[in-house]
Amino acid sequence: MATTFEPKIVGFLCRWCSYAGADLAGTNRMKYPSNVSSIRVNCSGRIDPVLVMKALALGADGVLIAGCHPGDCHYTNGNIKTLRRFKLLQKMLDQFGIERERVRLEWISAAEGERYAQVVRSMTEQVRSLGPLNWKRELEATA
Amino acid sequence: MSTMPQKRVGVFICHCGLNIAGTVNINEVVERAKKQAGVVLAVDHKYLCSEPGQALIKDTIKQQHLDAVVVAACSPAMHESTFKNVVQSTGLNRYNCEIANIREQGSWVHDDRERATAKSHVAVRQAIEKVKLNEALQPITVPVTRRVLVVGGGIAGIRAALDVANAGYEVYLVEKSGTIGGRMAQLSETFPTLDCSTCILGPLMVEVYRHPNIKLLRLSKVEEVKGYIGNFKVTVRQEPPYVDVAKCNACGECAKVCPAEVPNEFDMGLTWRKAIYTPFAQAVPPAYVLDSKNCLGLLPQACGECKRACDKYGTSCINLDAWPQVHELEVGAIIAATGYELYDAAKLTEYGYGTHPDVMTSLEFERMLSASGPTSGEIRCPSDGRIPREIVFIQCAGQREPETALPYCSKICCMYTARHAMMFHHKVPDGQAYVFYMDIRAGGKGYEEFVKRCQEEKGLLYLRGRVAKVYEENGKLIVKGVDTLSGKTVEINADLVILAVGMVPSAESHDLASKLKASLDAYGFFAEAHPKLRPLESPTAGIYIAGAGHAPKDIPDTVAQASGAASKALDLLSSPTLEREPTVAKVTGELCSGCGICIPICPYTALTLSSTTKVAEVSAALCEGCGTCVASCPSGALTLRNLTDEQILAMVEAIVAS
Amino acid sequence: MIKQKLAFNWASSCGGCEIAIFELGTKLVELTNKVEIIFWPAIMDYKYQDLEEMPDRSIDVAFMNGAIQNSENEHMAKLLRAKSKILVAFGSCAYTGGIPALANTTTRDEIFTNSYKDTPTTVNPEKTLPQTKFQAKEGELSIPEFYNTVKSLDQVVDVDYYVPGCPPVGEQVTKVITQFVDGLSPLPPKGSILGASDRSLCYECKRVRDERKIGRIVRTYQTIPDPQKCLLEQGIICMGPATRGGCGSVCLDANMPCRGCYGPLPKAIDQGGKMLSALSSIFDAQTEEDVQKIADSVVDPIGTFYRFSMSRSLMRRTKK
Repeated sequence: MATTFEPKIVGFLCRWCSYAGADLAGTNRMKYPSNVSSIRVNCSGRIDPVLVMKALALGADGVLIAGCHPGDCHYTNGNIKTLRRFKLLQKMLDQFGIERERVRLEWISAAEGERYAQVVRSMTEQVRSLGPLNWKRELEATA
Repeated sequence: MSTMPQKRVGVFICHCGLNIAGTVNINEVVERAKKQAGVVLAVDHKYLCSEPGQALIKDTIKQQHLDAVVVAACSPAMHESTFKNVVQSTGLNRYNCEIANIREQGSWVHDDRERATAKSHVAVRQAIEKVKLNEALQPITVPVTRRVLVVGGGIAGIRAALDVANAGYEVYLVEKSGTIGGRMAQLSETFPTLDCSTCILGPLMVEVYRHPNIKLLRLSKVEEVKGYIGNFKVTVRQEPPYVDVAKCNACGECAKVCPAEVPNEFDMGLTWRKAIYTPFAQAVPPAYVLDSKNCLGLLPQACGECKRACDKYGTSCINLDAWPQVHELEVGAIIAATGYELYDAAKLTEYGYGTHPDVMTSLEFERMLSASGPTSGEIRCPSDGRIPREIVFIQCAGQREPETALPYCSKICCMYTARHAMMFHHKVPDGQAYVFYMDIRAGGKGYEEFVKRCQEEKGLLYLRGRVAKVYEENGKLIVKGVDTLSGKTVEINADLVILAVGMVPSAESHDLASKLKASLDAYGFFAEAHPKLRPLESPTAGIYIAGAGHAPKDIPDTVAQASGAASKALDLLSSPTLEREPTVAKVTGELCSGCGICIPICPYTALTLSSTTKVAEVSAALCEGCGTCVASCPSGALTLRNLTDEQILAMVEAIVAS
Repeated sequence: MIKQKLAFNWASSCGGCEIAIFELGTKLVELTNKVEIIFWPAIMDYKYQDLEEMPDRSIDVAFMNGAIQNSENEHMAKLLRAKSKILVAFGSCAYTGGIPALANTTTRDEIFTNSYKDTPTTVNPEKTLPQTKFQAKEGELSIPEFYNTVKSLDQVVDVDYYVPGCPPVGEQVTKVITQFVDGLSPLPPKGSILGASDRSLCYECKRVRDERKIGRIVRTYQTIPDPQKCLLEQGIICMGPATRGGCGSVCLDANMPCRGCYGPLPKAIDQGGKMLSALSSIFDAQTEEDVQKIADSVVDPIGTFYRFSMSRSLMRRTKK
């Protein structure tokens, strides 16, 4: 029996907004797939595009970056810097042939538990339908 | 690659009753944890946050000589500090404790036992890898200079200074003009009580002047600010008044003979004053001041008439050979209370300000209403001095207009316009006042009732609509507007037109903000650290904000905010030292090339480029640990303590390797 | 005095690194008194046999430049490694893939189709493509296999040292080769980058830096840059912040931006990614729309940020 592909998605969540939002989803006992494992950072601004690429190169099928809504960043505007980096990274990932659905930037506030659950559900299904990225194997195969 | 010796890690997994154990296979998590490199033991417990649970962790650390602990339980938001405290109580550094969230982001959100358990393995493994690489950090302790600097001597600065001084600390109050009092001193009455403004302000001004803990530095400007929270070094340049305050009895003989005349700022240019003058009758200190910029000349002395008059008829208190003083102040906290000025009404060409003398701004009208003003409180047309019969008030002048002027609302104009209209009615009982408005914003205590009274008053007509144009025709001033409630256009032959123009930050705030390294918002007002939860402080640590310099507001809100800002400053001063979180950014000097890209990234100006070493430096006291600079560093010279790239990637590997 | 035995070889290369050796100038003559150059195909006629017949580890120091793009490159790299005590990856191509590694943005098939079929001036009526083996009437002919992915030298053999640059600047070439000739003692740790600084180009750059922010991005042909001011601030993408210095900022002095040929900094995981982050962090834009506008003006991110370092990058190649 063919097993369904279970995508491995790395989630970088900012401590003050999106991580709290994810916790709220839990407090409200919402249910969503277990494919996104979160790494708590103080601010989404901590996320270097290099970390995103390394995650993909190491075997992640997708990467989620979640931060505060613009204007609400606990550190004033770290999320704006994330936005700037993300847009340029997205352009470069297009060139690498990595589908846009695999790397996502979402604004999720501490009150948006439902939204976090929704994002996890939709991203899991989208990446599932794209199939595994398997970047390492891709490199070996196209040598 | 870190060269730390391998830590002995203990893993503690919580059942949280059935909250976790009901879904996650605890035994499996325990067994898997034991197999991870560096883990010497893994145990589970029903409620780790309970007394016996905490005791278990404590005892195990001691008995098994653990170096680090991972607690797999509820979200770190719940009990991270609890468990860190437990670890610290055994003598271990509190950063040798990491939390794996297997409840809020584990058992509570995944129904499937296998998946919930698998995800818990990952969370535990992540925490193990992170704690192995954590540095044993100590909190950063900085000393606190227990003195406060307040910049701005208006009602906000006065209230803040008094609160700090009354609490027993020294305050420097820096004011640019020759007296404190600010805008409130210019007001005739205050809404909604119609209190005489000077009557309520005056005693506070005197209290400031007499307070043993307040050092008033008038005619002063902040030149430079160095240092950081708890340790500011501020250079203030003080112009001399040329008049000995102790001797001056305000007889005015000097002003009588002074040949230089300039528009009087206090009266918004409606009257003239001499170069040697008293700002206003109740000025504090109650002495004359020489305005050296408008004096005919001091170097060399061009005139000297004032000194001669004072020596002959007065108290011989004028000394024209005075020099500016430079004060070097050491303070722990700075409160910025620089207030506001009015938007330049001349930009609103449709209203004719500047073209026709009978179009005035609200502050100008305020001076006219004042008993100490240009007309001793009588309302008269500036053009020919006649008493106006028809007066038009235009609210929202150049405000709530994102395309052409200010997009925001200045909050106080509905109220003071109502007051102005009411005062007009008292002084010109047979006159007719028209108020053109878009909305009425009267949210404060007694405000709505006051406006309602005004709206119902005979002789006051409130018209809901905008004014398209104010122009002159056959020597008359025509106001062309609309009344949306009747749907008709309105044309009024006005004798006097008053524009309620918007409040903008005072001209000095931009300069002060850059010296304080405090951020300003899009309109130039001092930005708050968080719009909802931290409205009294700047994002820059140690800088507090109060009054209209932060945002347009009325006197009650200003006074409340000033007391609040003072309280924040007092909180800072309450201890001789200050502890800051040590999970801050760090620069490896040998790898930094001084490219300077990180410098503007930091919202707290915690990064500077050293002029000697040419590389970046982090002020650990100012750094808030967001790590945005670390991500922008092209050479990897910057790192974030206890959240390094190495640690993040170790956690990523834990996720993808599963 | 026992003369040191040196070897120079080239793989997928433009020849610039060979010419760089000549930057030694008259020192080259002095050199021949101390060394014996026993293998240098670029300047003299050597055969594969010459190298194959040498005993293992008989070459003291071998300098190999060029990227590994075909099986012959790889074969020679392996041979040189076996015959040498010390193998130095010389120049950007050997170190990080160089310009040839930009082939990793496409595939062998696409390159062949473009070169042998689609180029307007190519005369190839039978649409013949290179084949590794061909049966001629005289016997079987073979040519090396063209790889789909270009590799750096250390991705096929063990490398002792690296000298970055496209090509490495004269001064550094002189310094490095002289050091080896004179006998470096003690030898630097294996894997060291020689002839370059551990700090980025910004440390040496003489241009004046003002406000670190970028309002718009322009290509070099779209503007005449102010020679005194930082190029980044003028909207020109200069790889300086993410590139090792030591080259004397010669490109900057010629009013052109650094292109990154000296490779990544010691602690940077990925040169291109680091530059992308640094550059975009200082975009002068606060809204999604404004950010998109500036991002869209970076015409070719891979070509800009990985111009010389594609082989050493995290992603290595595009997905095809």
